[in-house]
Amino acid sequence: MSLLPWTIYLSFAGAALALTAGTRSAAAARWTALTAAVASWVVALLAAKSFVPSNAAQTLVDVAWIPQVGARYHLTADGISLTLVVLTGLAATAGILFSWNINERVGEFFAFYLTLIGGVYGVFLSADAFLFFVYYEIAIVPKYFLIANWGSTNRQYGAMKLVLYSFAGSALVLAGLIWAYAISGGNSFALGDLAAAATTFTHAQQVGMFFLVFFGFAVLAGLFPFHTWAPTGHVAAPTGASMLLAGVVMKLGAYGCLRVALPLFPVGFEFWQPVIATLAIIGIIYAGFVALVQDDFKFVIGYSSVSHMGFVLLGLAAATPRAVAGSVLQMFSHGVIAGLLFAVVGRMVYERTHTRQLGDLRAMPLHKLMPFAATVFVIAGLASMGMPGFSGFPAELSILIGTWTTSPLWTAFAAFGVLVAAAFTLRVMQVAFFGKTDAGGAAHHDAEHHAFAPITLAEKSGAVLLLGATILIGLKPDILLDWIVPALQSPLMQTVLKGGVQ
Amino acid sequence: MNLPVQLLWLIPALPLVAAGIGALTPRGGRPIAAGAAIAALIGSFILSCLALKTALVDPAAHLTANFSWFDLGTGTFRLGWLLDPLNAFMCVMVTFVGTLIFIFSLGYMKEDANFTRFFCFLSLFAAAMLGIVVANSLLLLFVSWELVGLASYLLIGFWFHKPEAAAAAKKAFITTRIGDLGLLLGMLWLYDRTGTLLFFDNGAGCLEAGALAGLSSATLCSGLAVSTAIGLLIFCGAVGKSGQFPLHVWLPDAMEGPTPVSALIHAATMVAAGVFLVARVYPLMSADQALTNVPLHALTVVAAIGAITALMGAVIAVAQNDIKRVLAFSTVSQLGYMMLALGVGSWVAAIFHLLTHAFFKALLFLGAGSVIHAAHHEQDIRQLGGLGPKLKVTFATFAVGMLALAGFPFLFSGFWSKEAILHAAEGWEVSHLPLIAGLIAVVLTAFYMTRLVSETFFGHGRSHASEHAHESPAVMTVPLAILAACSVLIGFVGTPAWPWLQSQLTGEPVHPHGWFEGAGLMMLSILLVAFGIGAGLAIYARRTRVTASQRDPIEAKAPSLFAFLGARMKLDELYAATVGKVNSALAVVSDGLDRYVWAGIVNFLGRLGEFAGVVYREADEEGLNGGFDTGSETLREAGKVYSRSQTGDAHAYLRALAVGFVVLVLVITLGGLR
Repeated sequence: MSLLPWTIYLSFAGAALALTAGTRSAAAARWTALTAAVASWVVALLAAKSFVPSNAAQTLVDVAWIPQVGARYHLTADGISLTLVVLTGLAATAGILFSWNINERVGEFFAFYLTLIGGVYGVFLSADAFLFFVYYEIAIVPKYFLIANWGSTNRQYGAMKLVLYSFAGSALVLAGLIWAYAISGGNSFALGDLAAAATTFTHAQQVGMFFLVFFGFAVLAGLFPFHTWAPTGHVAAPTGASMLLAGVVMKLGAYGCLRVALPLFPVGFEFWQPVIATLAIIGIIYAGFVALVQDDFKFVIGYSSVSHMGFVLLGLAAATPRAVAGSVLQMFSHGVIAGLLFAVVGRMVYERTHTRQLGDLRAMPLHKLMPFAATVFVIAGLASMGMPGFSGFPAELSILIGTWTTSPLWTAFAAFGVLVAAAFTLRVMQVAFFGKTDAGGAAHHDAEHHAFAPITLAEKSGAVLLLGATILIGLKPDILLDWIVPALQSPLMQTVLKGGVQ
Repeated sequence: MNLPVQLLWLIPALPLVAAGIGALTPRGGRPIAAGAAIAALIGSFILSCLALKTALVDPAAHLTANFSWFDLGTGTFRLGWLLDPLNAFMCVMVTFVGTLIFIFSLGYMKEDANFTRFFCFLSLFAAAMLGIVVANSLLLLFVSWELVGLASYLLIGFWFHKPEAAAAAKKAFITTRIGDLGLLLGMLWLYDRTGTLLFFDNGAGCLEAGALAGLSSATLCSGLAVSTAIGLLIFCGAVGKSGQFPLHVWLPDAMEGPTPVSALIHAATMVAAGVFLVARVYPLMSADQALTNVPLHALTVVAAIGAITALMGAVIAVAQNDIKRVLAFSTVSQLGYMMLALGVGSWVAAIFHLLTHAFFKALLFLGAGSVIHAAHHEQDIRQLGGLGPKLKVTFATFAVGMLALAGFPFLFSGFWSKEAILHAAEGWEVSHLPLIAGLIAVVLTAFYMTRLVSETFFGHGRSHASEHAHESPAVMTVPLAILAACSVLIGFVGTPAWPWLQSQLTGEPVHPHGWFEGAGLMMLSILLVAFGIGAGLAIYARRTRVTASQRDPIEAKAPSLFAFLGARMKLDELYAATVGKVNSALAVVSDGLDRYVWAGIVNFLGRLGEFAGVVYREADEEGLNGGFDTGSETLREAGKVYSRSQTGDAHAYLRALAVGFVVLVLVITLGGLR
């Protein structure tokens, strides 16, 4: 367990090393980055192996940092952080495998990439609001450079929009936290201390603070109507960055909501609960409908991400132990599945066909030209639709069943979203990969025309990793739930979760 | 030798493994994929027979083996297997009919390039269906249910290069998923109420007395019992999968798949699943029967939907010209009969009809497949004709299937199971409308099947394809002969004189009817069948069609009615004009909102920021430098950066933001400390 902080340091060290290695050769930078990512992931997995689930967060490091304001360098881990740390390791490794073909300024690319990863690990392990915020900002900045320098369509616009949204969100969070800190007068940013102090706040203060902190974080989780950064950002980003954005960065927002906003301001939460649930449900259905009519393959996946994150937010809004456990499971699941979908679209298909327009793709018999990509996409699409056997099914099932207790109506609407998800996934699957309708001669002729580069070993390994993860958790969700469920029984969580352990 | 319930999972697992083998086999490995699929299903058949033997030792017992799947801390999801006569009979039927269909496919799909993949999907389909059958948990049933949907999608769209096939596959998947939405919600509600999704769990299951008492005693504000509401939601799933009105529209389109798939979907798997589901949760569906002060009983709805579907399917079938579509609507109609039986209180009659129907409908579809195979993929009965002498085995077996479906008296299984349903409908106290609908459908069924046989096999060949047809190979005709034999014999296990099946299913001795009990109804239905067949022969066989373009005799009499029925009562058009329109409108509106409104707001705010930058700069340069403290100093910096961002210098924009944040942190922190 005590090794866990090394995930952060290994990533930052890897960033520096990759930058240096990049000055010598691209290959050196790639291997350095891969080594660093795998090393952090191994650290996470080792920690997971020795992890003893408990309802108390286990302190990893706790030293004074800025004593003048009471900020401490305090890292802890519980089952929820562990789940997300393991996800981050997996997503980072897979993302590097799918970025193997980056050729420009390779060292810098991986330096930004690993810095982002280090920041993400830091957020998931922080137990001090100040530290949490610092790592959160560290994770935001590299996104801009990754997209603006290595992105594709409309990258300046996408990068700027994404970063402005992120900063606007974090400005709200910061304002809310500082407000709470100032009133608490306790000279401490520890989440536990703030939560204890918050019990004495007035109703209006709780309502206001919850609003700032929750909605600030929810921007990054893609809550409707603050979601528009996500599709454009995803589309503009290079494949590895889209995988991280959807895979872990959106989780930062949801994690902030769960870890900071909910336990700190339970009274404020009660006030905002119906609003959040409504927005989450609108997001699920609305983004699904938008995905149904997109002409750009990557936009479909971008909107599907927003739709799936709606489930995470709905689970949080329902605030029952079952729903929140489902939300955390869904964060993991979506991280893996969205990563996979973006990998197929951005790396396997776009880098070879140089188009993402469904109209163009329809004319190519992709299932014949790249059967591996087609197979992976079909499986990932099924997982994304919530088919049993994949991680999305137990996750969405838990969310729906947990939400039922709070409101059957919410559940009914959200379940409708599952239907829409099936519709847009099947549509894009058929159009993009199985669109060519005239079989025989013409297709064969085309096949000779478009001789695409074969799928590389790096791509195959990345796809196998992610597919393996979603199937493993789909069949045996207990692996993660055994960690997550006890963490939800911590006193801090129990104040906000209704229908706790009887 | 018996099969203990703990090993029941082997029955779905064998075909699942075969599906895995099929998936990993390269295209060249045809014998491996097909061999694995057939061997696995034969293995499952043997196991099913052993399981049936186990189940019949004590037919009233529910043998279970349960285990935990995952645990949410405040609730555990448990799965399990169940063995009782109901699902043991189902297992035997699915594996037996399935095996014959698999063997038939060897011949039918011989020339397809994706032969190995076809057998992989077939095995997956069978495995999922068997999963539904052996499940002792609504959750496991739901999981298998979704996999059945997936397998049907893959198989209906198997020839995805045909746009109709791709569209039909999507339609089947989405339409059944609409029903599944209800099933899912019913399942969630049931879990929320009872805390378990296991059917039988030594008294703690959701289908056992304790849970049912709680469900039927609680009422909603509308006066409905909770068990009624949950039952109806679960029934939605059955409506989708079993092609009941109003979600039947996918079933005829599913004809786009290869014919063995149609046989599998329409006979042994998929559509049977819905009827089986209702029979499985029958204690829940009928939990409200004892209540007198509720506005609605769940089974009343089931009976109504069943009656409507039985009648509607039969009426539409009269005006179809595609051999497979006639059969498809006959399936819709027969499934309506089964639902009707469930609704009027006789789940035993429903299962009896489900079993007999599985045999004769598989026979009919494979017979149609044999015709299509022989006639070079011509499916339009107007183009066929005169095939009787050319396809002797196919014709003879198809005629057996036709007589069974039409309910030809005494010798054929369909007669006995249909009689059981009509008898049950007669005894229903609520209304006799289902009985009347059922009796009308009896005439129509006999009529349209006679029409189908006359048009296909009698007269002269009306196209090149039908004139040069040749009998299919033995690998296809032998399964037909076996199914034909079963279509006759299977009826005798449940006749009123010897109701063996009924007593085994219920676990209680069912006494044979007296000779005159129900004889009046039986006479009536025999007369109706005779009338239907007679009318069919009079119209279609006495003077057979001469050319393909000649109008149908009914069409000549009532062209608009015939066209309306031929267009399937325009229901597809109605859905396209309502649900479809609303759906695409919502999508377009949402997309427009996102593209213009939200993006517009964001861009407007951006412009506002730029404008503010310009204003600040102007203000700055016009000499307001004087009396500002450090705070406005920063503002000025920010203003400059803002204005510079107009030139597109994004990095500067970022720097400004960073500076702004540092200032914000400082201001607020210091303010807070004070």
